[in-house]
Amino acid sequence: MSKRAIETLVGLFVLIGLLALVFLALKAANLATFTNRDGYRVSARFDNIGGLKVRAPVKSAGVTIGRVVSIGLDGKTYQGVVTMEIQQGYQFPKDSSLKILTSGLLGDQYLGIEPGNEDKNLVAGDVIKQTQSAVVLENLIGQMIFNKAAEAGQPNGSKK
Amino acid sequence: MMSLAALGARALRVLQALGHAASFFVDLLRATPAALRRFDLVVAQIHAIGNLSLTIILASGLAVGFVLALQMYYALVTYGATESLGLIVNLSLVRELGPVVAALLFAGRAGTSLTAEIGLMKAGEQIAAMEMMAVDTRSRVLAPRFVGGMVSMPILAILFSTIGILGAWVVAVLLIGVDAGNFWSIMQDRVDVWRDVGNGVVKSFVFGIICTAVALYQGYETSATPEGVAYATTRTVVVSSLSVLGMDFILTALMYSTP
Repeated sequence: MSKRAIETLVGLFVLIGLLALVFLALKAANLATFTNRDGYRVSARFDNIGGLKVRAPVKSAGVTIGRVVSIGLDGKTYQGVVTMEIQQGYQFPKDSSLKILTSGLLGDQYLGIEPGNEDKNLVAGDVIKQTQSAVVLENLIGQMIFNKAAEAGQPNGSKK
Repeated sequence: MMSLAALGARALRVLQALGHAASFFVDLLRATPAALRRFDLVVAQIHAIGNLSLTIILASGLAVGFVLALQMYYALVTYGATESLGLIVNLSLVRELGPVVAALLFAGRAGTSLTAEIGLMKAGEQIAAMEMMAVDTRSRVLAPRFVGGMVSMPILAILFSTIGILGAWVVAVLLIGVDAGNFWSIMQDRVDVWRDVGNGVVKSFVFGIICTAVALYQGYETSATPEGVAYATTRTVVVSSLSVLGMDFILTALMYSTP
């Protein structure tokens, strides 16, 4: 084979390698979702964040509008501090509320944002006041067992 | 007393062999810039190592993608989670199977040919002849092959993963009928470019260095007889495969230790 032909074949080899990498990055991974990276950061405090993780989605009406950037613990109030980045195109009123929700019964947890009514919108650095903690399955079951036990303890008390 | 001496001699031999291999590797790295100045040699080696390994890499990648998709489908259909099939195939290929299996195939296909080539050059006293003419065999013979392997291996691993994902797509979406939108969107949601794809490429780059360096070392240090070359070729496959598997464990522990 001539030198020219070998060089062309090697060029082709490297080119399809690069194309495959672009395919992996854009079609099979999340590079495409990074395109509008400018967003604004707001934080919120939760009594219990459950299984929420960094990079979990922030959704409004089921539509992903941002991601959790960091999770920390406030050493004074012992509350979880969740910082999220919301895409610049989406504005929410200052009195919007946050909930930690679960996709499906046992799926991953994500943040749901419920818009409020105030005229002013959230800006970078704001702290969302109204939050609802994650539902912890163990607590729920514990509560149920406790209620059952309480009912059983007073058989003719509550039915009157 | 005799057995103590034997143990000591053995330990010294092992250390000597390790040191020998390490100094060979350092020499190889030192000769690399010289190879980059004569790029036509490197291009010829990329052709011999990379292009000619394409068939086996693509065929294996496709087969692995097919089989993974089928088996995962049987497991996932019980839980009604067949949409996650793409994600599982993607993560296992991009993180582990792509770099590792491609490196094992690379050791078998390209590593052995490098060892045999250099071993025969040595057996035919071509290396000695070049050194007599004051040609630096490290920068003329070894370094272009080293750079060629280092460049080819990541490309081959990327192609392996890509064709595997496409194979899984063929089985899952076209044949079984998993929803195409979910197949891709769950992948895009959960696979991170840097953490998963990027680390996979880093892994394959490291494996490329290991496989090529082992193959060159075995070829260069072979005893110049037909049996010696045969033994060196076998050693290449065994040593590079084991090093790749061991290194993969270390790299995985370093890269994915935090969830």
